[in-house]
Amino acid sequence: MSSARAVVVGASHAGVQLVTSLRQEGWSGDIVLVGDESVLPYQRPPLSKAYLSGKCSLTELAIRSEGFYLKQGIERVDASVEEVDRSARQVLLSTGDGLSYDALALCTGARPRRLRTPGAELEGVHYLRRSSDVERIREDAIPGRNAVIVGGGYVGLETAASLRALGLDVTVLEAADRVLERVTAPEVSAFFTRIHQEEGVDVRTNASVEALVGDHRIREVVLAGGESVRADLVIIGIGIEPNTELAEAAGLVVDDGILIDAQARTSDPTIVAAGDCTSQDIPRYGRRIRLESVPSAVEQAKVAAATICGKDKEVAALPWFWSDQYDLKLQIAGLNTGYDDIVVSGGPTRDRDFTCYYLRKGEPIAADCVNRPRDFMATKRMLTQGTAVDMAALTAEVAV
Amino acid sequence: MAVVTFMSHDGEQHEAPLEEGSSLMQVATNNAIPGIDADCGGEAACGTCHVIVDPAWADKVGRSGPEEEEMLSMNPERQPTSRLSCQVKVCESWDGLTVQLPEFQM
Ligand SMILES: Cc1cc2nc3c(=O)[nH]c(=O)nc-3n(C[C@H](O)[C@H](O)[C@H](O)COP(=O)(O)OP(=O)(O)OC[C@H]3O[C@@H](n4cnc5c(N)ncnc54)[C@H](O)[C@@H]3O)c2cc1C
Ligand code: FES
Repeated sequence: MSSARAVVVGASHAGVQLVTSLRQEGWSGDIVLVGDESVLPYQRPPLSKAYLSGKCSLTELAIRSEGFYLKQGIERVDASVEEVDRSARQVLLSTGDGLSYDALALCTGARPRRLRTPGAELEGVHYLRRSSDVERIREDAIPGRNAVIVGGGYVGLETAASLRALGLDVTVLEAADRVLERVTAPEVSAFFTRIHQEEGVDVRTNASVEALVGDHRIREVVLAGGESVRADLVIIGIGIEPNTELAEAAGLVVDDGILIDAQARTSDPTIVAAGDCTSQDIPRYGRRIRLESVPSAVEQAKVAAATICGKDKEVAALPWFWSDQYDLKLQIAGLNTGYDDIVVSGGPTRDRDFTCYYLRKGEPIAADCVNRPRDFMATKRMLTQGTAVDMAALTAEVAV
Repeated sequence: MAVVTFMSHDGEQHEAPLEEGSSLMQVATNNAIPGIDADCGGEAACGTCHVIVDPAWADKVGRSGPEEEEMLSMNPERQPTSRLSCQVKVCESWDGLTVQLPEFQM
């Protein structure tokens, strides 16, 4: 009998961790990692940070070296998976080949949400998700040019910082009344707005884009209300959509992400999924969430690999996230959804370091820490272990 | 070939070749060493690449910098020779280096 074969679709943070963990958990059969980006799998977060600002090469961003795949006996296939045939236990590749599987993992990730306004197809209008996107942006990012960023989320703000470093004039357009509206407290939004303004970025809120205008190439961005902003290039960062079409077509349950259980199994227990393409009940928060971060992609992938190997492991790690802008390192421990109070330590209106703790019914549930790694690690530990917090100590520091 | 040994907290040993210019974290992840998570990919942002350097090697490998200190200071498994392995650039002359892995990466 030929050895069992595990096929992993999508070769990024989730997929690469999954194949690694399969070997660590003792999978001795074949492993095939199918990815459609044609480059050695690389880390995505630096794309809007070090890679955009030209501080590192793609080779330096490899998640694992070429040699890793060879040594671990992991076959990488450069193709897109077009169909999953569950009854035949086979995937169909864009190359026309079929690939049979004994175990299948979907790690298809996400793609940028498209801006549906006229002119969004003009030359000079970019999205930022893949290394090839950044390479195109860099060709366009000539010092002195006007860059307009649509969307004041983390990716948009990081892109603004990187383009400032490259010497461009930068405008950020945010449709809500503050940047990072979806993810942080107003105090934290105000902090990032102040920093970007001090760094020379024109931050405009309540600015919704009506049209992108130019002949052939982008020239200006027209806002609702009629005002327009000159633009030599535009980068759109208005969120992501999970890549769920493959799963849906295969008849798996999808609801804003491929639905997975605590063991990362989809509605077909022989198929697992991990990463940005999934949606999962998170007991810690008592609801279903589609997380968009490397740590959760990695965590789910480890669990998925254990499940394939017949072991029982559950997603337990605390969600966390980070973002680099200028000299600021933001580290976020936990999710702040449902917070009813905050405690701020430090001076976000004047300094470049502070921590914003989020509380629900008096209990801390998350913290945004700017240039305060110690607070971050303390909060991560406290939330992970469920140790009681000394709110008096928190507030004492605040009073200083 | 120069080799580093990663010792898990329950005594399991894993060897990996030292590739000049790589970080110790990359050496670990490129060789599927269990117990190094490296969630942030080497940005000193996550603290999940903690190792404890054999004290005999501490001077050669070097001590933690201020940013690392901040990240390590809250760690209950922290030892005097603790490092974030992503912040350690390895040398081929370190053949025989041993580092201990903590029970939990946090
Ligand atoms: C600019 C930017 C900055 C970010 N910064 C941070 C950060 O600071 N911290 C953080 O935690 N997270 C950050 N993220 C988010 C993080 O990158 C994602 O959470 C992570 O990449 C998710 O990994 P994944 O493997 O689930 O999906 P993805 O990274 O989306 O990878 C999915 C892969 O599968 C491929 N694929 C999809 N369908 C198929 C198919 N049918 N056949 C073959 N291949 C397929 C895709 O092309 C892609 O290569 C950032 C993202 C971006 C874009
Ligand atoms: S890899 Fe994240 S701190 Fe070293």
